[in-house]
Amino acid sequence: MKTFRIGGIHPTDHKLSANIPIETVALPKQAIVPLSQHIGAPAQPIVEKGDHVKVGQVIAAANGFVSVNVHAPISGVVTKIDTALDAWGLPMPSIFIDAEEDGDEWLETIDRTPDLNRICKLTSKEIIKKIQDAGIVGLGGACFPTHVKLSPPPGSKVEVLIINAVECEPYLTCDHQLMLERGEEIFIGISLLMRALEIEHAIVGIENNKKDAIELFQKIANRHFGIEICPLKLRYPQGGEKQLIDATIGRQVPSGALPIAVGAVVQNVATVYAVYEAVQKNKPLIDRVITVTGESVTRRGNYLVRFGTPLADVIAQAGGIPEDTGKIIAGGPMMGRAMSNVNMPAHKRTSGILIMTEAESVRREPVNCMRCGKCVEACPMGLEPFLLVRQAEMRLWDDMEQNAIMDCIECGCCLYSCPSNRPLLDYVRMGKATVGEIIRTRATQK
Amino acid sequence: MNLIVISLITLGVIGCISAVVLYLAAQKFKVEEDPRIDEVEAVLPGANCGGCGKPGCRNFAEACVKADSLDNLLCPVGGSPTMAKVGEILGLAAVESEPMIAVVRCNGTCEHRPKTSHYDGARSCQIMHNLYAGETGCMYGCLGCGDCVAVCKFDAIHMNPETGLPEVDEDKCTACGACVKACPKNIIELRKKGPKGRRIFVSCVNKDKGGVARKACAVACIGCSKCEKECAFDAITISNNLAYIDYDKCRLCRKCVVVCPTNAIHEMNFPARKPLTESQTAEVKPTETLNA
Repeated sequence: MKTFRIGGIHPTDHKLSANIPIETVALPKQAIVPLSQHIGAPAQPIVEKGDHVKVGQVIAAANGFVSVNVHAPISGVVTKIDTALDAWGLPMPSIFIDAEEDGDEWLETIDRTPDLNRICKLTSKEIIKKIQDAGIVGLGGACFPTHVKLSPPPGSKVEVLIINAVECEPYLTCDHQLMLERGEEIFIGISLLMRALEIEHAIVGIENNKKDAIELFQKIANRHFGIEICPLKLRYPQGGEKQLIDATIGRQVPSGALPIAVGAVVQNVATVYAVYEAVQKNKPLIDRVITVTGESVTRRGNYLVRFGTPLADVIAQAGGIPEDTGKIIAGGPMMGRAMSNVNMPAHKRTSGILIMTEAESVRREPVNCMRCGKCVEACPMGLEPFLLVRQAEMRLWDDMEQNAIMDCIECGCCLYSCPSNRPLLDYVRMGKATVGEIIRTRATQK
Repeated sequence: MNLIVISLITLGVIGCISAVVLYLAAQKFKVEEDPRIDEVEAVLPGANCGGCGKPGCRNFAEACVKADSLDNLLCPVGGSPTMAKVGEILGLAAVESEPMIAVVRCNGTCEHRPKTSHYDGARSCQIMHNLYAGETGCMYGCLGCGDCVAVCKFDAIHMNPETGLPEVDEDKCTACGACVKACPKNIIELRKKGPKGRRIFVSCVNKDKGGVARKACAVACIGCSKCEKECAFDAITISNNLAYIDYDKCRLCRKCVVVCPTNAIHEMNFPARKPLTESQTAEVKPTETLNA
């Protein structure tokens, strides 16, 4: 069975919420919709205080090419455009919408029937335009606008579309459940993306711990031309774009380059489903499946959440915050960050809520680095985390840049493998942020 | 015996040849250096702190020797006396500078600013700053991990374990500015030390609206502009819900300290206030401020 070549670890997968059917979370009384739910320029609000909006209506327009529209997740009246606090207590400009009646009055153009719509007569350009208008971003975590990925720069040639159905992050099961429940739709979505990219070959990478999904997808794939299912050996971080390309087609993306350099475009499976909904059903991206999980959570599961719903409401539906909670993490345990504010609204970036008990969330006391090299062995990008950390501590930003800190994908393998409990990822992240800032300033000065 | 003699002679000859080669090389590749650089370097403090903006004291000495005037050159550690000596060596007029000191503009002690979350990552303000707003409701205030303490080369700043805030040791602080650069929240500022160390400053950098700021911290500046109105010298300006005292204009009258409703304005090294008689009270605090 295939996997990627450099580094990686194998944490226990803890898929506690696997095979629990997707449940819809009740609509909130007030939806807080952040203007920046994607990488790139924040969207520009086009509604004003007092405007009435319907579900799916554009409330903020894309500001440039690397930016996407933001849509109203509930129907109601815009009460204010102000800053709200995000999960880490930092301000984010947002649009506040108060629900009117049940808050579920949709735009007429949106097809809400569950019927499959297989026929698409749109051209490549039209599909990409529709994806852009629907505000679709990569739902794997980075939230990079999908239409940008589908428009390869001139001179580069796309050979293969890789669908990321790996979900290597422990605990998270939202993609797995979506695959089981919306398999057909996902395949239509893949066909749409292949049409948009004008290619005839797609590979779906699925990790081996989702045997039911692999089986189901194999069955559906027999009826679709050009879509290949590629079961992968369990290994973290296989869901990283570059790792997945290496695992499925055996090509390595050079340092600093994009996947397009080796002729691949990678899309997450949840994104593919959103593409299906946008192109065939005219439904913009206004909800997503979020995993709420943890040993102590009573009603853990996969919840379909409308954006703008406070995460506290989602947790309440999953049985509330247990008493012995130590940390509530946005995302999975490896890449996620502990939250300090659970009233933050769900948005495109939220993939999971992991509630850890006090005993689980204790961070062990760090001791001295013993130069064992385990972090170097584990790093999937071939970096030397112990060295980067030393340089970050000493604030040697130039040296960090030379040691390819910007290649770091912040997967946390180094921290996981460290026997001395060194806070490696903390320093590497800080160094990456600082060096990134330096590089950006340098670029603007030129 | 023979072997020893041969060895000695051979080594001796090699030694002599090498000496000649080295001498010739030294003559040929000699770098002419202004002897004044060494002299200037000798009078500098030699801490290599980087406070002057140069990488070290020698680079500063080189810059001084090359410069036509000492206008833009200042060793913050040595201050005016050192610069006067440098000026003497170079025959240039040294600019008089007032001594400065680092001031921590946050008074959010554990008591005033209750914790809303607990941080257990690496003990570094920079890391914490990149991750989230901080352990308290105030996203502007001191994070308390002590990055400023770690960078201080003069052992002049220390964390007070009771308040969780850094405190500057007035005698040791040289105003090199290392802590100012290290603080990710830009709390520390270099201000004039003032006569007899007397100075007044707003000990808060919270730019939130009054209500929000007050909720997060009992001693936050709420931007009420009472101090601005009280100041007779236009030294206080309010921007982004935050008061700032210009130390060049401030005459140290201490009237703003009295009117501040949240005690966000601090005075340092002033003698204790005399209990005011009634007539003085009326003079110092005109009517409305009494109620504040």
